[in-house]
Amino acid sequence: MTDEPLLRVSGLSKFYGSRIGCENVTFDLWPGEVLAVVGESGSGKTTLLNCLSTRLLPSSGTASYRMRDGQFRELYRMSEAERRFLMRTDWGFVHQNPADGLRMTVSAGANVGERLMAVGDRHYGKIRATAVDWLSRVEIDEDRIDDEPRAFSGGMRQRLQIARNLVTGPRLVFMDEPTGGLDVSVQARLLDLLRGLVTDLGLAAIVVTHDLAVARLLSQRMMVMKDGRVVESGLTDRVLDDPRAPYTQLLVSSILQV
Amino acid sequence: MTDIATYNFAYLDEQTKRMIRRAILKGIAIPGYQVPFASREMPMPYGWGTGGVQVTASIIGPDDVLKVIDQGADDTTNAVSIRAFFRKVANVAVTTDTATATIIQTRHRIPEHPLSAGQVLVYQVPIPEPLRFLEPRETETRKMHALEEYGLMHVKLYEDIAKHGRIATTYAYPVKVEGRYVMDPSPTPKFDNPKMHRSPALQLFGAGREKRIYAVPPFTDVVSLDFEDHPFEVQTFDQPCALCAAENVYLDEVILDDHGGHMFVCSDTDHCEKRRADGHRGHLAPESHLAPGKMEPAQ
Repeated sequence: MTDEPLLRVSGLSKFYGSRIGCENVTFDLWPGEVLAVVGESGSGKTTLLNCLSTRLLPSSGTASYRMRDGQFRELYRMSEAERRFLMRTDWGFVHQNPADGLRMTVSAGANVGERLMAVGDRHYGKIRATAVDWLSRVEIDEDRIDDEPRAFSGGMRQRLQIARNLVTGPRLVFMDEPTGGLDVSVQARLLDLLRGLVTDLGLAAIVVTHDLAVARLLSQRMMVMKDGRVVESGLTDRVLDDPRAPYTQLLVSSILQV
Repeated sequence: MTDIATYNFAYLDEQTKRMIRRAILKGIAIPGYQVPFASREMPMPYGWGTGGVQVTASIIGPDDVLKVIDQGADDTTNAVSIRAFFRKVANVAVTTDTATATIIQTRHRIPEHPLSAGQVLVYQVPIPEPLRFLEPRETETRKMHALEEYGLMHVKLYEDIAKHGRIATTYAYPVKVEGRYVMDPSPTPKFDNPKMHRSPALQLFGAGREKRIYAVPPFTDVVSLDFEDHPFEVQTFDQPCALCAAENVYLDEVILDDHGGHMFVCSDTDHCEKRRADGHRGHLAPESHLAPGKMEPAQ
């Protein structure tokens, strides 16, 4: 790891009128680090994620990102063209519902290849070879490359969405409930895959989840949110094994034991 | 033509023509950019060339010579009607001769005879947005044009190759204009795309229902999109025109009988007739210069 963070967030707030989306969130994210944001629904996790990924503009606060040239850029002062370019090259966004992140009417290969074509790749053979490679890395059979995601199961769609996001070699990936709506065995394999990819590629990731097990498995550090504010943050194992804030204690003790 | 006074010259009122001319000028200033305009109701249904007719009505003057083609032909319903319309409401001279026309309104073809400086080609456009079938939101496609995000257009071509082994798009083949805007050349066959590149004629595109005008000024680069390993290529025909023996022209298939008989003839009727008048004969050409069957020559 380098001695400079990848993303610096300071005093980030988002209000919907007089309602709080998230308030005064401050943290640094380091290269290769996975940060989990947990909390119950309505606690502002997704608002925070959308602000960080510039899909929403915050009401106040700053976030600066270290570009590939090593310079920090203030995200909310970039032009829309620059932000969108960042979104499809250096960043990835994995939606909870794969249909939001995939083009459902074009083939799996084109879904993976779209980002490559968006950054100017114009060689069909190379694009296809890259798509084949990425499909195999997310455990999708090569002979499904020309099928539309509509013909895929939920778990396959989610894996395809991950491949589509990672094909340009991003340094930061945002994930919104990546395992939501999948059954447990599929979840387990997806988590395994994600953990492998994150380690192999040295990705930094911000994972929003309400599932503490997902946070435990994927992340090194976590933030617990309640009513739009961060109530506790720290190393994942510390927070889960020794929760300090009363709300975190409640959250951890609410996990169903099988 | 006694009822000419019933209409303003060229049917549209002067304010409307000024509005459309402003849109045309803006389109010429930003090649390939779709300029919104307040499209009017025309005395014809959408899909029959209301956009092209409004553009023509706005630029036509009493001294212009108008040619109208529909799929290359001067003698089909749409072409005959629009030609008659302008003869009535603008009292202009009309012709079928590509070289002498000053304005050529076209549906789905570019004439075979090379266009020259000073001529204006007016296209009738059904769907001006090349990204429409990939991205249904107009707000999003306008943003994509603004930010020059055209990766999606290649997704379409990728899909073609993945499904058919080659780029199977044969008409409305997307082009990039002057290195900036991706443009739908209207449903012309891709055979005609190279003719748009650095054409000395002014090319104007009118979409009446979609309320958009765009333009390619003379001598502008128009490049068809493709992949390095699947380069753009035009349709080829393995036989010449059956009537005039022309090669390297766009051919239409014409069914001759109920037993599978067919022939391929020039889609550009003016070009075909001129060649036959010059003595060129295809293998199915009759002794006279008339087409086979009971067809009369076009007026």
